[in-house]
Amino acid sequence: MKPSVTRAWSWTHKWSSLVCTVFLLMLCITGLPLIFHDEIDSALNPDAWQPARPDGEWLDLDQLLAVALDDRPGEVPIFMSFDIDRPVVNVTTGPSADAPGSEMYFASFDRTSGDLVPPADVGEGVMHFLLQLHTDLFLGLPGMLFLGAMGLLFVIAVVSGVVLYAPFMRKLDFGTVRRDRSKQVKWLDWHNLLGVTTVAWVLVVGITGIINTLETPIIDAWRYNELADLVAENDQRPAPDQFASLHEAVERAVAEAPHMELQFVAFPGSRFSTDSHYAVFLHGRTPATERMITPALIDAETGAFEGLRDMPWWVKTLSLSRPLHFGDYGGLLLKIVWAILDIVTIIVLVSGIYLWLRKRRQPRGRMAQLADPDITGGAA
Amino acid sequence: MSGRRSLFTIFAVPLVLFVVGLFGLVWALLDEGSADTVAAAAAGVAIPVMLWAWARRRSRASDTVR
Repeated sequence: MKPSVTRAWSWTHKWSSLVCTVFLLMLCITGLPLIFHDEIDSALNPDAWQPARPDGEWLDLDQLLAVALDDRPGEVPIFMSFDIDRPVVNVTTGPSADAPGSEMYFASFDRTSGDLVPPADVGEGVMHFLLQLHTDLFLGLPGMLFLGAMGLLFVIAVVSGVVLYAPFMRKLDFGTVRRDRSKQVKWLDWHNLLGVTTVAWVLVVGITGIINTLETPIIDAWRYNELADLVAENDQRPAPDQFASLHEAVERAVAEAPHMELQFVAFPGSRFSTDSHYAVFLHGRTPATERMITPALIDAETGAFEGLRDMPWWVKTLSLSRPLHFGDYGGLLLKIVWAILDIVTIIVLVSGIYLWLRKRRQPRGRMAQLADPDITGGAA
Repeated sequence: MSGRRSLFTIFAVPLVLFVVGLFGLVWALLDEGSADTVAAAAAGVAIPVMLWAWARRRSRASDTVR
């Protein structure tokens, strides 16, 4: 590689890293507890709750809906969702089906008895704070897009670092850490070694993180285009006077997609449905498909099945990018691997800052010497 | 330290780590639980390599450079 080309890559690596490092450090540090979100929740909220009749039959969804509405007189149902690991339904109600989030009320019910299930929310505030900071810096969509831009710079820093790895390793064996040289050279070697061995994970987490920052525009585009088409094809009638059985509507939708599981129901008039349909949202059963949602529309008056729409590829890409970013799809061992690689990335980031600060303090001649790959064998 | 290395020599080990790590990440995603441990081990293939580098008391290369 010509010296001028190496200098250009070096400049790219330095500045792309410097601009994003502080934010990447924040993302790595807040991401660490988020990897173990489920385990932390379980530890803080030991599940003392048990269903009233563990071996008893479940109430049907119409009965549970009636219980929920009895609890909230004057309100209408908006959403109903289903816990995966316990017999619990969650019902969201409000003064109207299109009520804003601030006016919605959320309650959970035992599917075996209809009893209220107490919320498990110890530590929820801290995890929510970390997630919000990690996702959008409490700035909403602008914050998400800003972090996406930082992620893009990070990917550029990783790629330029890999390119620079070659000229700086021309005379060194893989894995060399020159501990007998200065502290600076030693950390340069560690920076290069840790960086190059974790490229696959870092690129996967970085690129999926960028995709995740586009979640809001992607979901909005899906909702306003693809879902709107499905709704428009069927949205010809006003809200019915009499509603068909919710339980039968859900069973009908599940029968149309036997390889999927029920996720939630949007009631007529709500944000994710039409005035005259139950929108039943189903998802896959495997780690790769469990975030892929397929909505089915059921006529709320007759209970007839009216249509089902798979996600387009660009929404499926978003769905795949979530588990690949958070590492919550392959059991505890994968989470531990995720955490270790996250810590390694923190070391790479901090060592990069350290090397930059040390180089700034070097006299120009010494800097040129350190920049010589034949002497230092490093890219930072 | 020996003579100048080819691009292939420089990137041989990192390339293997990249492919195995990426394979593990995707495998864990596509697998339905039966091979989680193996997939996670593949995803974390870089970890033993780092431990190996950490455990080496002195690199032969640095002695030669000096």
